[in-house]
Amino acid sequence: METRHIDVDILVIGGGTAGPLAAIKAKQKAPQLKVLLLDKANVKRAGAIAEGMDSVNNAIIPGHATPEQYVKEITVANDGIVNQAAINAYAVRSHDMIRELDGWGVKFEKDETGDYAVKKVHHLGAYVLPMPEGYDIKKHVFKQIRKAGVEVSNRLVTTRLLVGEDGPSQRIAGAMALDSRSGGFVVIRAKAVVLCTGAAGRLGLPSSGYLFGTYENPTNAGDGYSMAYHAGAELSGLECFQINPLIKDYNGPACAYVTGPFGGYTVNAKGERFIKSDYWSGQMMLEFWRELEGGNGPVFLKLDHLAEETVTKIENVLHVTERPTRGLFHEGRGVDYRRDLVEMHISEIGLCGGHSASGVWVDEHARTTVPGLYAAGDLCNVAHNYMLGAFVFGKIAGEDAVDFIAGKDFAAFDAGEVEAERERVFAPLLRAEGLPPTQVEYKLRRMVNDYLQPPKVTAKMEIGRKRFAEIREDIGRLKANNPHELMRAIEVQAILDCAEMAAAASLYRTESRWGLYHYRTDHEERNDRDWFVFVEVRKGADGRPECFKRPVPPYLYPIADDERDAYDRLRVTAPLAA
Amino acid sequence: MTAPNPSAIAQQSAVTVIVDEGKCIADKGCRICVDVCPTDILVIDLGNGKVRMAYDECWYCLPCQHDCPTQAIRVEIPYLLR
Repeated sequence: METRHIDVDILVIGGGTAGPLAAIKAKQKAPQLKVLLLDKANVKRAGAIAEGMDSVNNAIIPGHATPEQYVKEITVANDGIVNQAAINAYAVRSHDMIRELDGWGVKFEKDETGDYAVKKVHHLGAYVLPMPEGYDIKKHVFKQIRKAGVEVSNRLVTTRLLVGEDGPSQRIAGAMALDSRSGGFVVIRAKAVVLCTGAAGRLGLPSSGYLFGTYENPTNAGDGYSMAYHAGAELSGLECFQINPLIKDYNGPACAYVTGPFGGYTVNAKGERFIKSDYWSGQMMLEFWRELEGGNGPVFLKLDHLAEETVTKIENVLHVTERPTRGLFHEGRGVDYRRDLVEMHISEIGLCGGHSASGVWVDEHARTTVPGLYAAGDLCNVAHNYMLGAFVFGKIAGEDAVDFIAGKDFAAFDAGEVEAERERVFAPLLRAEGLPPTQVEYKLRRMVNDYLQPPKVTAKMEIGRKRFAEIREDIGRLKANNPHELMRAIEVQAILDCAEMAAAASLYRTESRWGLYHYRTDHEERNDRDWFVFVEVRKGADGRPECFKRPVPPYLYPIADDERDAYDRLRVTAPLAA
Repeated sequence: MTAPNPSAIAQQSAVTVIVDEGKCIADKGCRICVDVCPTDILVIDLGNGKVRMAYDECWYCLPCQHDCPTQAIRVEIPYLLR
């Protein structure tokens, strides 16, 4: 296995949504810099929006919404545990980013006057901007990557970050990667690194039992969470899981943000509406779960009352963009929106900043707690940031990284660290025999379901930690037969880190919060006196996850007493006519 | 590079990325589907030079089918989900 050495000014890891923007914006700000964008797949079709996106979930467009309104809504939706400065940093740039993407050729729905056709899906404000022709968004972004002169490298699986000495303190020094095609090892020196590796989407096991039937793009295995952790960065809100309402078995979104504005809504088995808002929040998921598991379950998406032309319009979005095999799945089951309800279910658990609030801690400049290391997109903990927030935080990170590296050279790092990582990465390939990575992954993720899936129970989570510790012993027995299987073996280790961090954070917060996301049946009440704080995880001196509290920064936009519990009143009190 | 793992047996799974070998032009150098697959499960068969699915790790996301210049690929929903 040969080792390749690459030197760049700014390294961007992850070519999905945030990564391309980080690379483009760094290069636009400082064209003389060497900016490398790498991905474990292919940047052209990498990430959560590989097949496009059907709507912007958080557009803040003058005349429809204000940054203040939006920041307050996300604060309330996330039970107050937010860094408003970071959410505001997105909010004030939201409209400009839409206009920039529009200029690149990305299509957003507009009304007859040319104004963006914003719809209301959230509980309080109007922020959803449909993208009925959003299937080619990646192509438009890729053209800009080329135009800006960003270097691209595909099929590189980043395994660990390098942190170096900078006088008495530390700063980022680069990263190491496995070429999943050739089996080569790559050491990249960089003055700043932007991590944009997406959610931890292979944490829980989908109820289908299919390892790759995940809600998230399964390339997003939690690599970034693991890498940030081992680099000494602080992670935040890992007990605030991502759980989404999805089409049962297909395990993709239905999607309420598309169908809601057309008149579709969620019902129970009696055909009755039971939640006032289909916007994804922990509180909404708790009501959804109660209905699913209760006597009125299961839960369905109802579209059969809509006019033929409306259903056709919905199909032309849902069966074409984001997850275009939805139509094929329904066809296989003989489900037609015109006459059938769509059976819904809840997803496996994951970690995700973009849909929930579980990610690497960043401030309003996308800076992590490791100097020179940035995080953006689903990986960072900016709550409910979604696709547009990923674009904006990518831009913030890329531009800030240019300022950070000014006058700096590469940080010196320990060559022994590189050798140790080489050994760790290639061990499964060199072993004569052992456990197949996919089987270890299956067991690990099944244990995640059994012991971490809410409702969370202390004794169960403690057993789960024991099972995870046993699987950690099995890591030393992983056997890969080729570089592809080696990639899976590396991913299993990242998933295990995520599982252990999620368990530690969940046990640490001894209250319930965020509806189903952190519903602890043996600590059923929300306790603002002790727990109106972020729960943070970092790698302790013993090499194990260490939890601590971080205060919620003072709000930019105070929340009045009568506003703060709005998301606790999502259940329909008297059944509405279907 | 590939050494058999004597402590494991192969598991069988239904192929769900269906390649029309008459239309596939991988033997003429085309690599588009192999390149765009996020989970990197498509390989060139050393026997006939055509594309085939090598790992049961499909996200049924469709870039391979959409980007194929000869419409040689049809993706099915994995059996466990159908």
